[in-house]
Amino acid sequence: MSGPSTASSLGAAAPGGGALIERPRGAGRPRRRSRLQTSGRIAILVLVFGYLVLPLFAMLEFSTRGDYGSRDLSSYAAIFDYPDVVDGIVTSLQIAVLTVFGMLLLLVPTMVWTVVRVPRMRRVVEFLCLLPLAIPAIVIVVGIAPIYRFMGQNLGAVGASPLTLAFIDIILVLPYAYRAIDSGLRTVDVATLADAARSLGASWPRTILQVIVPNIRGGILSASVLAVALVLGEYTISSLLSFHTLQVVIYLLGKRDPFVSVAVSLAALVFAFILLYVITRFAPGAGERTDRAVEEEPAS
Amino acid sequence: MTATSTGPATPRNGVAVQFQDMHRWYGPVHALDGLSIDIAPGELVALLGPSGCGKTTALRALGGLDDVDAGRILVDGKDMTRVPANKRNMGIVFQAYSLFPNMTAGDNVAYGLRLRGAGKEERQKRAAETLDLVGLGGYANRYPHQMSGGQQQRVALARALAIRPQVLLLDEPLSALDAKVRRQLREEIRRIQISVGTTTLFVTHDQEEALALGDRVGVMSAGRLEQIATPAELYDRPATAFVAEFVGLTNRLKGVAGDGIVEVLGTRVPLLAGSAGPGPVTAPVRPEAVRIAPEDGAPAHVLAVSFLGSLGRVQVGLPGGDLVVAQVPATDVVQLTPGTAVRVTVLPAPVFATAAA
Repeated sequence: MSGPSTASSLGAAAPGGGALIERPRGAGRPRRRSRLQTSGRIAILVLVFGYLVLPLFAMLEFSTRGDYGSRDLSSYAAIFDYPDVVDGIVTSLQIAVLTVFGMLLLLVPTMVWTVVRVPRMRRVVEFLCLLPLAIPAIVIVVGIAPIYRFMGQNLGAVGASPLTLAFIDIILVLPYAYRAIDSGLRTVDVATLADAARSLGASWPRTILQVIVPNIRGGILSASVLAVALVLGEYTISSLLSFHTLQVVIYLLGKRDPFVSVAVSLAALVFAFILLYVITRFAPGAGERTDRAVEEEPAS
Repeated sequence: MTATSTGPATPRNGVAVQFQDMHRWYGPVHALDGLSIDIAPGELVALLGPSGCGKTTALRALGGLDDVDAGRILVDGKDMTRVPANKRNMGIVFQAYSLFPNMTAGDNVAYGLRLRGAGKEERQKRAAETLDLVGLGGYANRYPHQMSGGQQQRVALARALAIRPQVLLLDEPLSALDAKVRRQLREEIRRIQISVGTTTLFVTHDQEEALALGDRVGVMSAGRLEQIATPAELYDRPATAFVAEFVGLTNRLKGVAGDGIVEVLGTRVPLLAGSAGPGPVTAPVRPEAVRIAPEDGAPAHVLAVSFLGSLGRVQVGLPGGDLVVAQVPATDVVQLTPGTAVRVTVLPAPVFATAAA
């Protein structure tokens, strides 16, 4: 049935003779909902930011307290008066470097080999790598302490060096490093790339170093960053094995001079942030590729 | 089954390849079951078969990427069975895109040369020449992610050819591409293979590709070679029921065999060696061997017509309820609308009949 269109079907008649488009019922709701969502997001961000930043702010406030309510940086200036602190920083950085290299040497060839040659073992390797997550640090220390005692007694300075902590840290970092490298390996067809490299004449070491590693460098970088972060924050095992790493030194210093101890903690945190930023920003392959694929075929 | 090459149609300078009684098990699956093939120097053999028939396993075994449990692989008379992949000098193009994403097209092509100790100038020169050969002369500085799938496969072909391989292995290199690019690249592969004269094994599940490319086509099923022959022979004279069924479109028509002849739709058709009979048989008849003509009062009727460009396929219902597909010139399609009564006959082209079920 056709008939004359009524104003109500299109909109109410406007005083000037034109038609006003009637606002559909509920049209304001999406905007209100959007405003609510935005407010909710901001609230969550503020809460999270506060949760993360408030302790840092408190540390800054505490470590800059001077005499009679004044503010100064004397606690920060005093850091270098404690040689233990500098030694702890150097030791922790050395352990971090050893841990990163050890972890990569252990994990990358193993995972590539598993993907390319024995994919059915992938689950087993994953299980083994995730195992340290389920084992409390104290259990690891109790289990491994006799080995460290043996090394300390029989291997001289090498056996007693805190750098041997890198062996344990490699194990502790496995769950995080495995996930990071695994995600890298899943972004490329490792098996086909390895087959292609092998068919062109590359040995297995060359295949891994020249073809696989450059294409999973994002995963390798993430694994390295996680390893550095873990080593710089590890306290329990170092303390129980009586090695003076940065975290242990900070704890001991806290008993003598809490202001300097907190200053060192904050400085170490800022240093770790800067270090991780530098690694992720400036390491080779850290940049994202932005070029897009060309779809057309060449004229031939 | 052993198959001996008759050699390619044009003189080439490749090497001979022999698979000798090869076996490969994956658990209970017998992926290669006594496979033996002789490939002549410079010949292009296409291995055709359904998924899981063992064709890729055979190619990977030749490339050294998979082991064999028994049998031998001879290349130019030398036993290569236990030689590692990186010592075989074989160029492989894979089904999946396999260019190294961290290298430009030029670096990808030059990679094999770098491993062989070629100097930088020689590498660049040879990479440029090979990229020219595959029609990608100006693409040396592009990364794989800046190229289309077809371009990537061309670069992969250039990379495989740049090392001047003894044998070129192509593992379904076109299957990830769209139809137009696929046809174009297929012709280029053939042109390039003829120009460089490298012995080539091409694995595919696409029979059109295999028949168009191969000097000979080997049809595989369940790890065995069913038949290896020139495309025309394979199509016209299948040696086994599987080949007759697998290669090309076929109508399975009932007939009665006797004395080397089977009577199908009133036509006496010669039987190929090995056919079943005497007695009731099923005869595979190609659509192009079926003739139909409109005729008032004929008992068969057109059911459906497909227009395929230069030709058409017509589905016809026979009086007993059976269906037959006929291939006709596109010009005849207009007069064959659904419901048209038609007379159906078949050409007396030899068929490989099997016992009626």
